[in-house]
Amino acid sequence: MSEPIAFDMTTAVAAPPVPPGAWRRLFKRPLAVIGLTIIVVAVLGAALAPWIAPFDPNEQFFDGLSLEGAPLPPNATYWLGTDLLGRDLLSRILYGARTSLVIGIVANGAALLIGTLVGVTAGYFKGFIGGVLMRFTDLMMAFPALLLAICLAAILSPSLWIVALVIALVNWVQVARVIYTETSALSEREFIAAERTLGASGPRILFRHILPHLLSTVIVWGTLGISTTVLLEATLSYLGVGVQPPMASWGNIIFENQTYFQAAPWLVFFPGIAILLLALAFNLVGDALRDVLDPTERGRD
Amino acid sequence: MALYLLRRLVQAALILLGVSVITFALLYLLPADPVRQIAGRSATVQTVENIRRQLGLDQPFLVQYGRYLLNLLQGDLGRSYLQRSEVAELIVARLPATLLLMAAGILCELVIGIAMGLWAAVRRGTPTDRALMVSSFVGVSAPQFVVGLLLLYVFGVRLGWLPISGYGTAAHLVLPALTLGLLGAGWYARMVRSSMIDVLRQDYIRTARAKGLKGSTVLFRHALPNAILPIVAMIGIDIGIFMSGVVVVESVFGWPGIGQLAWQAIQRVDIPIIMGVTLVSALAIVLGNLLADLIAPFIDPRIKLR
Repeated sequence: MSEPIAFDMTTAVAAPPVPPGAWRRLFKRPLAVIGLTIIVVAVLGAALAPWIAPFDPNEQFFDGLSLEGAPLPPNATYWLGTDLLGRDLLSRILYGARTSLVIGIVANGAALLIGTLVGVTAGYFKGFIGGVLMRFTDLMMAFPALLLAICLAAILSPSLWIVALVIALVNWVQVARVIYTETSALSEREFIAAERTLGASGPRILFRHILPHLLSTVIVWGTLGISTTVLLEATLSYLGVGVQPPMASWGNIIFENQTYFQAAPWLVFFPGIAILLLALAFNLVGDALRDVLDPTERGRD
Repeated sequence: MALYLLRRLVQAALILLGVSVITFALLYLLPADPVRQIAGRSATVQTVENIRRQLGLDQPFLVQYGRYLLNLLQGDLGRSYLQRSEVAELIVARLPATLLLMAAGILCELVIGIAMGLWAAVRRGTPTDRALMVSSFVGVSAPQFVVGLLLLYVFGVRLGWLPISGYGTAAHLVLPALTLGLLGAGWYARMVRSSMIDVLRQDYIRTARAKGLKGSTVLFRHALPNAILPIVAMIGIDIGIFMSGVVVVESVFGWPGIGQLAWQAIQRVDIPIIMGVTLVSALAIVLGNLLADLIAPFIDPRIKLR
């Protein structure tokens, strides 16, 4: 800190954390708009499920099975067909959207919170605790993530919240790594050094300068992370260690009907498409957000 | 170089040690009782206690872990609780199937990813480019078990071209490998595309074109190798993702690899197998990362190992 630092007013105040007009530019991207539309449809479907679902998702209809007891293909009454217990697939998929979104938001929110806390602590405060946290993060990176999640979920006799917890425990690692890298790079920047020279306190630098600059990263990773979370929940539920029936989840619809799958492929196809579309939507929006929020990428395409 | 390698190997050993502590502690703390699984439902309290004592599961955590670590350092992964065999033997017996599947998966991923990325880069800004990039997103967002089940339905059930499950012939390998490879292919397509676009802007490409070389020669001999080499170094990192992916893919296709072994062990709380597979996977991940770092400077001499 012995060399004088040129204090440049423009670097200190320039580069607002979320560039102006980012949202407008987001809406100009067709892929982002498609993604947002899918998300809005999914959220509406989930929120309004009790009113718009044609049937009770757990009711086993007498006429929902053929005379031989096989599930019905899509027809006029049951638009997407019925499952092996004669329940309406469309209603179960609508209720399943609730499961996916709740876990997507809760589990990913928790992962984001843990990851950001760890990343900022290690990247800004450094020191002994920071070192330990980063070594621990490196350790977690070496874990086969899915194996760990399956193991935890299987043994903890899963419920909605346990599944969310397990996913958060596995998914914070990536966020911590990214936030750590960003934070260490930020604290080396000139305008932070200038603030320090001017006598700004540690917390002030952290809350006024570091955290706002991390906002874009958190938004981007938060969006992309929902996609990962939705896929992980579906996978766990598909293996039978995620959300448990009768509560509907897109993964466990496929899990329950697997034995009938060759004769009744719609029971895999429709929930599978639902998982794919929701994961795709968050990926599309996340990717577009990365482009519009990252100042260094501005001006491309 | 030797010093760097030594340091990394020590780090790898420490990471494996940490993985073993955490996994062991989790399995110790979680409310699953392996003894109940072994003894069965009708066992008396006396039998249950006997088994517990025999396996040393009545000992405090540190004693149990110490014993495990001591055996581990001698290369002994212990015995399965439910199958009468050594964990190491079980893993070694299953490993070739998993390695074969992973190798074929990586091949699929590279071929599809590079082809898509190259095509998109050449047709940059056209509808072809956009369609390819959207499909790469779809590939990345598709849950592996759904892709697996759909491929199985179309090519196995409806068309009957390929066997739907099992192991043994090359035909059995196609669908699982494709399922495993499609996910990564999306990432590779995106990376190859942006890397190709960067390379195609370089002066030496313009020189090659100015010399009057054919377009395809410039593309395949001059641009592509430079564009994909840095990406190929990332295969090491893929190993980690694949290690997780095999659990799902092996279960969809009934592939007799270590993913299946782990999955069955988890359902029956067969702790020595769970520990063994976790450690082997972690080892693969750590070595994969090391490999990626070691290859990088050979491909790009500007990178220095630190």
